[in-house]
Amino acid sequence: MSRTNPRLVVVEGASTGGYGGLDSARTRRRLTQIVLYALLIIGALIALMPMLWMLSASFMPTGEASTYPPHFIPSRITFSHYADLFTRLNLGRYLFNSALIAVVVTAVSLVINSLAGYAFAKLRFRGRDRAFRILSLGLVLPVQVAMLPLFLLMKNLHLINTYWGVIIPGMASIFGIFLIRQYALSIPDDMLDAARIDGASELRIYWSVVVPGILPILATLAIWTFLATWNDFMWPLIVLSDEAHYTLPVALANLSGEHVQDTELMMAGSVLTVIPVLSVFLFLQRYYIQGVMAGSVKG
Amino acid sequence: MGREGEVLSQLIPGFEKEHPDIHVEVQQIPWTAAHEKLLTAYVGDATPDIAMLGNTWVPEFVALNSLAPLDSFADKSKEIRRDDFFPGIWKTNVVNGKTYGIPWYVDTRLIFYRSDLLAKAGYKEFPKTWAEWTAAMKKMKSQMTDKQFPILMPTNEWPQPVMFALEAGSPILRDGGRYGAFEQPEFRKGFDFYTGLYQQGFASPVSSSQVSNLFQEFERGNIAMYISGPWYIGEFKNRLDSATQKKWMTAPMPGINGPGVSLALGSSLSLFAASKHKREAWQLMEYMSRPAIQLQFYVLTGDLPPRKAAWQDTTFANNKYAKAFRDQLERVVPLPQVPEWEEIATTIFEHGEQAIRKAKTVDQTLAGLDQDVNAMLEKRRYLLAESKAP
Amino acid sequence: MGVKAGSTPRLTTPSDVGRAAGLFLAPALVLIFVFFFLPVLASLVLSVTDFDIYAIASPSSTRFVGLANYTKLFHSPEFWQALRNTFYFAIVGGPLTIAVSLGTALLLNAKLVRFKSFFRTIYFTPFVTTLVAVSIVWRYLYHTRYGVLNYGLAHLGIAPIDWLGNPHWAMPAIILMSVWKNFGYNMLIFIAGLQAIPQDLYDAAEIDGAGPVRRFFAVTLPLLGPTLLFVSVITMIGYFQLFSEPYVMTQGGPLRATTSVVLMMYEEGFRWWRMGYAASIAFVLFIVILIATLIQFRLQKEHA
Repeated sequence: MSRTNPRLVVVEGASTGGYGGLDSARTRRRLTQIVLYALLIIGALIALMPMLWMLSASFMPTGEASTYPPHFIPSRITFSHYADLFTRLNLGRYLFNSALIAVVVTAVSLVINSLAGYAFAKLRFRGRDRAFRILSLGLVLPVQVAMLPLFLLMKNLHLINTYWGVIIPGMASIFGIFLIRQYALSIPDDMLDAARIDGASELRIYWSVVVPGILPILATLAIWTFLATWNDFMWPLIVLSDEAHYTLPVALANLSGEHVQDTELMMAGSVLTVIPVLSVFLFLQRYYIQGVMAGSVKG
Repeated sequence: MGREGEVLSQLIPGFEKEHPDIHVEVQQIPWTAAHEKLLTAYVGDATPDIAMLGNTWVPEFVALNSLAPLDSFADKSKEIRRDDFFPGIWKTNVVNGKTYGIPWYVDTRLIFYRSDLLAKAGYKEFPKTWAEWTAAMKKMKSQMTDKQFPILMPTNEWPQPVMFALEAGSPILRDGGRYGAFEQPEFRKGFDFYTGLYQQGFASPVSSSQVSNLFQEFERGNIAMYISGPWYIGEFKNRLDSATQKKWMTAPMPGINGPGVSLALGSSLSLFAASKHKREAWQLMEYMSRPAIQLQFYVLTGDLPPRKAAWQDTTFANNKYAKAFRDQLERVVPLPQVPEWEEIATTIFEHGEQAIRKAKTVDQTLAGLDQDVNAMLEKRRYLLAESKAP
Repeated sequence: MGVKAGSTPRLTTPSDVGRAAGLFLAPALVLIFVFFFLPVLASLVLSVTDFDIYAIASPSSTRFVGLANYTKLFHSPEFWQALRNTFYFAIVGGPLTIAVSLGTALLLNAKLVRFKSFFRTIYFTPFVTTLVAVSIVWRYLYHTRYGVLNYGLAHLGIAPIDWLGNPHWAMPAIILMSVWKNFGYNMLIFIAGLQAIPQDLYDAAEIDGAGPVRRFFAVTLPLLGPTLLFVSVITMIGYFQLFSEPYVMTQGGPLRATTSVVLMMYEEGFRWWRMGYAASIAFVLFIVILIATLIQFRLQKEHA
């Protein structure tokens, strides 16, 4: 928060009423404040409106969401669409699939990326910087370019339509390695050397010294990876053909093709897809937002 | 696909009771994604034992060598007798002399309409010729507001332009499926009729995803006609409100000089070559082909049976909506049996959309179609010339 | 530090470190090489063949076709349309998103505002939501007759717009939704950037008699320059990869007005299985993004 500007000293009690009169500066300040808050609140409504309507429509009886003028509040609340999703339409399964894949990818990639990120940051070996530069080039490559041959590769490995087919490409990410390396650079070398002198193995050092030292960025990366994996659409769409393996976004797109007529049902499906990621974000937003902002200042 | 998947789950317990050692899992995919999904499954060696395939897809899957020929099973079968099926329908499953699918239900397209709105326009029976039909729609439009249309024809559907072309006598593809026939006069005639319906304001140029709830539109009289298939009998019965239930009917497609042709569609049950349970799968296919089961399936979905024996049941004699279908099935035309059909069908409506919205002239559209489709068929021509194609 | 009792401490040699490095790096590098770099190279190879559905069944029917796929691509009106659509989306959507991000960042950075983190969270929420889910919601919001958006427009006296059915409005509709969804991310970056600007500069400007608008152009914008540049190019690169929105909302229509390059690649590759042709589309995408990135590097160097 910035310091108060010493020139704007407000003299209290000098006016007869509350606002206006002698304190034009104060009035201006108040007015500006009102305008700012008004803008902020309008902005907040715009940001939230689609999701509030989504929530509201998911509880409307069938057909109510397609009326004119549009209803914003359900005439009566019904849970039938949610019931339908979990019974007839198997959404529980897709929720499980999404959760399983997101958790596995997050856990595995955290280990793999942090090992590599630390190695690039702190372990001296021949060709390290060159290797890292080549790796960074990969950040420029759009991931879609790899998808066609990756699909054929997965076919030959018999991983089409399996969880692994979705998990494996996500287990290591150049961006994650980048992030970790950036943060790991700030670990004091003396700490590491001291541990080496004490005879600790490199793996031991990683586990006992490095990991605790980079915990904040690990938290950020974990949240980031979880959200990105949960929300991922194109690759799971390509590789999964069997609904038993569908993740939520793929299942939702599938449902919307079949049930384009059922507005309320689709809204319920969207609500269920969005709630987990929103919850993760809301509970852990501090780490997430810190990560974005910290990364940007450096970048 | 679609409702069939849900209903199939209800028929399975009967089968499993007769065959306690066989367990069946059913999986549903919407029609819009089924084609890609099944192909992905094939590419990924993850095919089911049996799949319900749209019969226009059978040639494609045969080209992939992914289906098992069924003649040896069918010849020995007591349940499945070839001569009991509508011959035109059975034929759609035969590629290069071998049978690759057992017809499961037949599908053709015809008109669902609001009989009261038709009557208001002065017609007690549905028109039988294109001329009559156009006149009826003109009358109806004059009795409607700007936002209402006599017929709903989403511009991103291929059956309509193809149907009218078939009625006009077009083969769609020529030379054994080697080249497009879009610039020939027959296709043009059908295409002009199709786009004409939009130009005259009888149909609104919307795509299917823009229609948020067609049942409501039908109830409210915002649309009076809709071209669709037998499964809509069930959908209409389930979803239209009681007031509208007394006001709708089906009718066969009008033709140029009299009753017209429609598409010989339907779905087949096909057996994947990679299946490790072919014998059991065949038993399921036999079970599903029993007239009694087909009748049950019909009752649950409105999908029409491909076996004449099933049609003799009183269920049909009394079903006023199915009568139009029984009639139409006498005049159905199969589609070109090329693996590229799905892609060609999509291109047809995509070009069609350009013409409807006047982004291109009809000449440009048809020339573009020939050009694009000929390019799509290039590999087929190459393989046929090398006689490597199936 | 876990020294075992009785063991003699030994110095870690460089080769020990090297070996450890190898171990630590191996999983990541192998995965990235096999499942990313290699496929990218393979795309190039694929693009000079006519690999398609016949080839999936019998690979021997694949033919080497040289640049035929690229020739076909550059003669294809659908491709140019997809390219135009994608550029339209990126060049209009990008700056719009950034403007909104900057605007909200300025709002949230204002001294007079409290509850900053509350609003910040709200503004960031759209970014976190699943794209497919919100695309479906917005598809209904855009409905010509029953959608909330047209209802709002009606109150302003504007006739209903056929957002997703009119080829002229479909891409703007998708742009609008993308701005709504993505502005939160850049907003955070801008907030960090704004907070890094020293207050003295503002004070000095105020002493010189500059009003708030003048201060923005004289102090804020120049100092935000590098961040602005970085954010712009990153956003545009992201927007070039447009796929999920048209896939879910419009299937690339109407009249292919919302078919993006990636969507076309998906259709050709995974719907029609013309993988050789689709690979050439992928490669073109790669070149376009590469050029955009190089431009960014060059501009950054100039301004550094």
